[in-house]
Amino acid sequence: MFDSLTTRLGDVLDRLKRRGALKEQDVEAALREVRVALLEADVALPVVRDLVAKVKEKAIGREVLKSITPGQMVVKIVHDTLVETLGGEGEDVMLPADPPGAILMVGLQGSGKTTTTAKLALRLKDREHKKVLMASLDVARPAAQEQLKILGEQAGVATLPVVAGQRPVEIARRAMEAGRFGGYDVVLLDTAGRLHVDEALMDEVAAVRDAAMPLETLLVADAMTGQDAVNVGKAFHDRLGLTGIVLTRVDGDARGGAALSMRAVTGCPIKLLGVGEKLDALEAFHPDRIAGRILGMGDVVSLVEKVAETVEAEDAEKLAAKLAKGEMDLNDLAEQLRQIRKMGGMSGLMGLLPGVAKMKNQLAQANIDESIVKRQEAIIQSMTPHERRRPQVIQASRRRRIATGSGTTVPEVNKLLKQFMTMNKMMKKVGKMGKKGMLRGGFPPMPGMPGMPPRF
Amino acid sequence: MSGQGWLGRLRAGLSKSSNRIVDGISSVFTRRKLDEEAIEGLEEVLIAADVGPATAAKLAGKIADTRFEKDVTPEAVRRALASEIAAILAPVAKPVGIDPAKKPHVILVIGVNGTGKTTTIGKLAKAMRDDGKRVVLAAGDTFRAAAVEQLKIWGERSGCPVISRPQGADSAGLAYDALQQAQRDNADVLLIDTAGRLHNKANLMAELEKVARVLKKLDPEAPQDCLLVLDATTGQNALSQVSTFREMLPITGLVVTKLDGSAKGGVLVALAEKFAIPIRAVGVGEGADDLKPFDADAFARGLMGLEA
Repeated sequence: MFDSLTTRLGDVLDRLKRRGALKEQDVEAALREVRVALLEADVALPVVRDLVAKVKEKAIGREVLKSITPGQMVVKIVHDTLVETLGGEGEDVMLPADPPGAILMVGLQGSGKTTTTAKLALRLKDREHKKVLMASLDVARPAAQEQLKILGEQAGVATLPVVAGQRPVEIARRAMEAGRFGGYDVVLLDTAGRLHVDEALMDEVAAVRDAAMPLETLLVADAMTGQDAVNVGKAFHDRLGLTGIVLTRVDGDARGGAALSMRAVTGCPIKLLGVGEKLDALEAFHPDRIAGRILGMGDVVSLVEKVAETVEAEDAEKLAAKLAKGEMDLNDLAEQLRQIRKMGGMSGLMGLLPGVAKMKNQLAQANIDESIVKRQEAIIQSMTPHERRRPQVIQASRRRRIATGSGTTVPEVNKLLKQFMTMNKMMKKVGKMGKKGMLRGGFPPMPGMPGMPPRF
Repeated sequence: MSGQGWLGRLRAGLSKSSNRIVDGISSVFTRRKLDEEAIEGLEEVLIAADVGPATAAKLAGKIADTRFEKDVTPEAVRRALASEIAAILAPVAKPVGIDPAKKPHVILVIGVNGTGKTTTIGKLAKAMRDDGKRVVLAAGDTFRAAAVEQLKIWGERSGCPVISRPQGADSAGLAYDALQQAQRDNADVLLIDTAGRLHNKANLMAELEKVARVLKKLDPEAPQDCLLVLDATTGQNALSQVSTFREMLPITGLVVTKLDGSAKGGVLVALAEKFAIPIRAVGVGEGADDLKPFDADAFARGLMGLEA
């Protein structure tokens, strides 16, 4: 989400980097562009002013002027200020000491409350091993209660049976009762979307809060929200006393200034990020990582974690050894392809790499075809185990059979084999040079994919 | 809810934030002379309404060109700005026109998640039914849980048949069936709902393109209209949304929803300048009658906190 901001600040600060000494007017010039970049990123005006003033105060002065690389210094100051504004440490959702505890989900229409409720329920169930009950208090939008019920079935989480005609406060009471009698740890209350300027509906949700006395009141907000984020955040916070924010659609290309705005105006931590339509697409928020991403430093920590989660360390070691000797076979390649897909495809991975955010537009234009990974997997799956171990036996008629079997063409099979051979040869060379270390992570250059672009 | 005209409600909604704008402008012009600082302040006032830094600078610049260093009242500046904005928006204020020769006139409704596509279709269906048209609805959001049920309820409310398939079905196939059915029934309008999708997801965008493609097998001119639904709360990302969706499908109009909140949808000004896509309607509430034609003048005046 913050990629565009990264690009913009990257441009501005790259210019600074190229200069030897940093003058006051350089800082001023850079900050003007930082300001516009932040505004284009939908950071609310008052927050932008604050941020720019803070950076300026820190930047113009002894430490910067005397530092050896002034550009880097400014990058760090902007980074630190962003982290500061986004909030210190990543905080997770509070869990009840005395179950059942309620979590109240509130927000504007269409911000993603119902989907987020189901995601959070699944997360609490799987990660924290909590017994979770969901209840929809949305009696306004047609089929909203039905939607939560279906999501509950998908997530394997219980939902409160719908009683037609009940008002939200009654449903909340019934949900808490069901939570107590059913031995639930957490009761998630999904409310109807409402405008923060709608007095009647704000009164209603305040009454729900009083009835359920939630442990957490989470504002669900769309990452694409504009300047109004400050008004929305403030109104909900003033009225309900929020305990946290969930930012949704972070997998879009919105610059996500709303994150900065809402955090600044409510003082509430951003607790979770929605990063996809699937129910497991909910991530913890880490201000330092996001700030790093804003500045084009790449979300390396996330990448490392993602790899660690998906790739078995032992397998990676084994593979690295094989690679170094040039002994990798097509089984290993298939495994690599599968892992790439598991980690969200090439574009998902590349977005996390330092320096790549800047090139994302070019990459999009270059049309990295995610289906290539799938097709290559299909080709390998159409080979016999023998062929996978010894690709050199695959002659013309076998190629024809593989192409037919995988629904691809002979040239595609040829291409895969050729790339595989080249890769193996190259790895052998690298292995001989003793650079085994670089392969530990399990990332050989993939056939059909452009190599990682160099930074700077 | 009722009893108040939609214009009144729109203005009431707009005034919530335009009050801020008015306050902003008034405070900017306490010194009465339009100097550099005042222009900058004016720019920020527009930015706070989501107009965007570039367009805000341009609008403020126009005011500066004609009135720099002159004594001006806040009211006059407001009026001047409103007429600038109205001039930009007037050419794009065009309601949906149904081609009576088409049986049916196909309208494909698209947009990112949560902008209000299904609700907008429900409202459109109601308005067209009230207009005496035979309307068929296609529940093309086969992805989101209960989206089909949601549209069915709207279909019941407006008395329009809803063509649906179970969740998870192919939406292009459903669209094809729906068009066939609408043709058989000699319907005037077919409204096709689609699942919300983020515009940066290439595969989901390709799926949308496929919906349009299969429709052409039955009617080479279909869809006659392709409406992009935008949430007024959205900031500058709306530009990216329009630009990306437009690459995939010929967008013939915009519908702006949730204008009854305090978000002003100032990004519409930037959109009108950049893409000149007609704004077909605005959503100002959750009721069936809360979809209204877009009135450039009222919008601009409301935005600047002036009486209509």
